[in-house]
Amino acid sequence: MSSLQQKFEELSRTYPPQMRPSLVLPLLQHLQEEKGFLTSDDALAVADCTGVPPVQALEVLSWYTMLYRKPVGRHVIKVCHNITCSLRGAERMVNHLQRKLGVKPGETTADGRFTLLTVECLASCGAAPSMQIDNTHHDGLSEARIDRILEGIT
Amino acid sequence: MTPDSVFHNFAVTNTSHSLEAYRARGGYQALEKALTKLAPSDVEREVTQSGLRGRGGANFPVGAKWSFVNKKSPVVYLCCNADEGEPGTFKDRWILEHTPHQLIEGMLIAAYALNVRHAFIYIRGEFDLPLRRLQSALEEARTARLVGEQILGSSFACDILVHRGAGAYVCGEESSLLNSLEGRKGYPRNKPPFPAVRGLYQAPTVVNNVETLSDVPWIIARGGAAYAALGNKANPGTRLFGISGHVKKPAVYERPTGYPLKRIIFEDAGGILGDKPLKAVIPGGSSTPVLTAQEIENITLDAASLQQAGSMLGSGGIIVIAEGTCMVRVLHVLTRFYSHESCGQCTPCREGTAWMNDIVERIGSGKGVRADLENLQNIPAGISGNTLCALGDAASMPVVSFLKKFRPEFEYFIEHGRSLHEGRLEA
Repeated sequence: MSSLQQKFEELSRTYPPQMRPSLVLPLLQHLQEEKGFLTSDDALAVADCTGVPPVQALEVLSWYTMLYRKPVGRHVIKVCHNITCSLRGAERMVNHLQRKLGVKPGETTADGRFTLLTVECLASCGAAPSMQIDNTHHDGLSEARIDRILEGIT
Repeated sequence: MTPDSVFHNFAVTNTSHSLEAYRARGGYQALEKALTKLAPSDVEREVTQSGLRGRGGANFPVGAKWSFVNKKSPVVYLCCNADEGEPGTFKDRWILEHTPHQLIEGMLIAAYALNVRHAFIYIRGEFDLPLRRLQSALEEARTARLVGEQILGSSFACDILVHRGAGAYVCGEESSLLNSLEGRKGYPRNKPPFPAVRGLYQAPTVVNNVETLSDVPWIIARGGAAYAALGNKANPGTRLFGISGHVKKPAVYERPTGYPLKRIIFEDAGGILGDKPLKAVIPGGSSTPVLTAQEIENITLDAASLQQAGSMLGSGGIIVIAEGTCMVRVLHVLTRFYSHESCGQCTPCREGTAWMNDIVERIGSGKGVRADLENLQNIPAGISGNTLCALGDAASMPVVSFLKKFRPEFEYFIEHGRSLHEGRLEA
């Protein structure tokens, strides 16, 4: 059984049976965790699995910011550039990361290690500026703190 | 920490989010009271009497929302809106990280009142620790038979599922959230019908914010009348105010409604960074109209006071801006955000938010022209009332209020091609 099919069976046991279409997003998220990014074929496979029209799964794939349609680095750095983080130095943090990694927001380092993204409010304004690396949140950022955090990531 | 705290009534430690710790501070006693001593209609009555209003930003009476639901419908759904994304708002993160069982208990009580078998928590995709804390709390609750079949030995059954979003501000709008939960792109729906009548998969559905649902156990434990006695009479209770920006001690503070805005800024949050003078306050999340330092003089944190001042209480996210900050660049951060987050469904919002951002960006890059301010002022009128959801209005309010209150800064930028305040954002 494919990993998609396996995940589908697992989720089908928790969501009520009348809610199959709800599995579209969790299944795409599952595939992305495995593969790093998603293609139209992934959306079509999810449509097949859940019974939603193919166009619906394709729309979902293209609409949500956190679903990646092109390859990303091993680690994705998301730096908040919204209002509170901006008031507390987000611009300096983004510039520091750009210099350090040698890429602009939206780009991936040549060694494939990091993708740098600017994102909207991460709801951590009390400890701004903040960023997220993969599934870990970091706040109270400074240039020195960013250096220390990146040192710990391979 | 006071006896009247609904949230900040315990010390945060490494284990204070656990079931054991929550039970030690009286957790799940309200659920037990509801299941053993109250009929579902009694629960709804207490919530109505409490005067509790939605904490997500719309301030809608919770009891009224619940009353619209036909509880005899074969299926009723409850969705907790944990898609916290209004810039400047970070209170729901606090609840999910530090007292997730309080939300679960509130949801179970609400589910009992509304005849809900399956409840959902729609949590934003970026939330990492909040998600892990919530999942482990649900695991604990299932093991302790607080979620699932025969809850606390009664005939009441309810499952709670966590559904992750994938990065879309508009999914915090309740009908957009429901479309997203149905496996679609998160386009808002036309209303009416409201979700209480036709919501998730066409079934009656209540969508409530994290903080709103987390207030419910306190209300059931102590009674709606006790809650109604807290804070402002017309707009009772406590709220988790998130204060951020140019203050010395940014944090989430639980305060009764009606609390003075100046006091939370200058006493609780320690005043302005570097002891600079205050320039402006955005009082209830980034979309609420900005207030000048003079305007906040007598404002209290309740709906009526802020409305009178021409702004809103919103989500309780207070953003403080010090003197010397470039308001053109602050506004550009906001126009960029709203144009990015406009979902694309309604033309006036999709185009209007992009135009507003283009113009503010042009002014902020020193290339503004005289007609820009007039155009900027006219665009919101074309958006307002012509869209399915409130995102277009949310995008317009900062533009209108910044132009009204800080117009000379915009004129200076256009005339001289540079900022009056050297483009400063940091204090």
